[in-house]
Amino acid sequence: MTKIHRFCGKLLGLTIAFGLSATASAQMMINGAGATFPYPIYSKWFDAYTKVDPSVRFNYQSIGSGGGQKQIMAQTVDFGASDGPMSDDNLSKAPGKLLHIPTVAGADVVAYNLAGNPALKLDADTIAGVFLGEIKKWNDPKIVALNPGATLPDQEIVVVHRSDGSGTTYIWTDYLSKISPEWKAKVGTNTSVNWPTGIGGKGNEGVAGQIKQTPGALGYVELIYAVQNKMPYADVKNAAGKFLKPSLESITAAMATAQIPDDFRFSITNALGENAYPICGATWLLVYEQQKDATKGKKLVEFLKWAQKDGEKMAKDLDYAPLPEVLQARVLKRIDEIKF
Amino acid sequence: MTAVAVIPVKEGSAPGRMAPPSRFGDRAFEWLTLGMALVVILLVFLIGWQLARGSSLAIQKFGFNFLVTSTWDPVAEQFGALPFIYGTLVSSLIALIIAVPLSIATAVYLTELAPLWIRQPLVSLIEMLAAIPSVILGLWGIFVMIPWLRDYPFPLLKKAFGWTPLFTGPIYGPSMLAGGIIVAIMILPIITSVSREILRSVPNLQREAAYALGATRWEVTRIAVLSYARKGLFGAVILGLGRALGETMAVTMVIGNTPQIAASLFKPGYTLASVIANEFTEATTDVYLQALFELGLVLFGVTILVNLLAQLLLKTMTMKSATRAVQ
Repeated sequence: MTKIHRFCGKLLGLTIAFGLSATASAQMMINGAGATFPYPIYSKWFDAYTKVDPSVRFNYQSIGSGGGQKQIMAQTVDFGASDGPMSDDNLSKAPGKLLHIPTVAGADVVAYNLAGNPALKLDADTIAGVFLGEIKKWNDPKIVALNPGATLPDQEIVVVHRSDGSGTTYIWTDYLSKISPEWKAKVGTNTSVNWPTGIGGKGNEGVAGQIKQTPGALGYVELIYAVQNKMPYADVKNAAGKFLKPSLESITAAMATAQIPDDFRFSITNALGENAYPICGATWLLVYEQQKDATKGKKLVEFLKWAQKDGEKMAKDLDYAPLPEVLQARVLKRIDEIKF
Repeated sequence: MTAVAVIPVKEGSAPGRMAPPSRFGDRAFEWLTLGMALVVILLVFLIGWQLARGSSLAIQKFGFNFLVTSTWDPVAEQFGALPFIYGTLVSSLIALIIAVPLSIATAVYLTELAPLWIRQPLVSLIEMLAAIPSVILGLWGIFVMIPWLRDYPFPLLKKAFGWTPLFTGPIYGPSMLAGGIIVAIMILPIITSVSREILRSVPNLQREAAYALGATRWEVTRIAVLSYARKGLFGAVILGLGRALGETMAVTMVIGNTPQIAASLFKPGYTLASVIANEFTEATTDVYLQALFELGLVLFGVTILVNLLAQLLLKTMTMKSATRAVQ
């Protein structure tokens, strides 16, 4: 029996020790969850922010936009994150008024695999045609007309799309819905849709892998991913009629020229600016206008302001497009309205 | 989700009921093991109940149609599971067709024919195959297996069997067949390992008796070993099938993820486990999420059903052989 007693004593000691160590590191923990696309820059921000305010720590789980929306609605986290704006339906189900705070943006590129890697130009008509399964061959007259110099083979176009739900797909289908009434009616906009044609790859790496391995393939991947993997991608004709290579500048230009409503649930695809790349989208943080916990709310607001002012400067190094200054000013004003 | 399969222990080896335990320790031990067993069973029921609860809205909305329609449209919130059920069953069937002969042949070689010094290294190698994470296998599938399949075996298959509907149409690479092959690779080690253990447990007396009757090596293996171990081997296959039905990551990466029912194995397909893994994190609306839950419930049901069928098959099989033995 003494043995058992001694063991219990040890156990008790251990528990107390744990309890003490937990109280010793009493820092404020702000919890967030959501989108995976901005995860690299968010974790960079959280890390950098410990130097600005050592009393706050962030815990961010990149569980996907769906999870981010669910958790902020259930108030299990202090902020959510999503690659697509929340639907009216979901917003009305939330227990309080949720604000959308845009942070950074990215773009989808049209990547392809053609013998000889010819530079390609595509427009809304051809992209929608290919993804609706109406343009089936590389030497389709519509594609040839846009690329008079390139040699296009009599080869089937193998369409590759994302199979997992993703913000990348949201941007892509948002673009297609805007430029093609047929797409809007038949398919629509979402993080995953009922694809009329093509094969599905999991993640950017899955789509990129299938494009690289399949002669005649065409699909969409995130700009960063295409750049880092040196994949050829097409110039796309924008709403102003100009062919543009996707770049961080052309994404920021799209945000500067898009119609942005006051609740910031905007879409920047097919923006009107002359230098605006047409297939891009922003990502958002989701926070309640009325914060429950006053001290936590205050710290969160301080962080959000810092992210808009100083955090944005880190975006380009990590291949994210920062918000244009006009929009930043509007967002900062909105952050000031958060009550705690 | 792994299948629950019973690998029959050979007759006579099961310890018979002994005198009732009188000591407290024995009784405590009995209660403890009973408790553990109940926890496992309870877990299965809880999973089923939770899945059903999580999908109640979708079940109400779509009813039986969920199982027999093929549209999967998250935008219009129209959900049907048929192509996924089809894909799960067909890819698992392809996997079994490829993996079962290979595994059992390997197990026979390892226990009956291989020189002693080579057995252990070979066993370790096969077990290493089981240790490869499925996402790695999937990447290997995309970058190595699919290009090779597309360039060599697939065109050959098309040439030889193009007259059947199974091998028609354009060859892209990612396809139901590629999915089945990757699952076959994944279930090979488990079927081989379990089969090997079962063959090893065949008493040497069996073999010696057959040799004494003048049987050749092949005859000994066939009559004395394989037929003796038939029940156990069947159990090994069922274990493999259970893994095949629930296999997710590697399959997702090579099957093409297109919800369609096509006769041609060159066409892309989709499985229940894959669509859940693909779409669960980004599903935002209630009905969508519930439909994904219901897919989980369907997979749960399919796995149980397939296992029950297999048990039934095993029973009729052993009954038949028993009557044959009597005659």
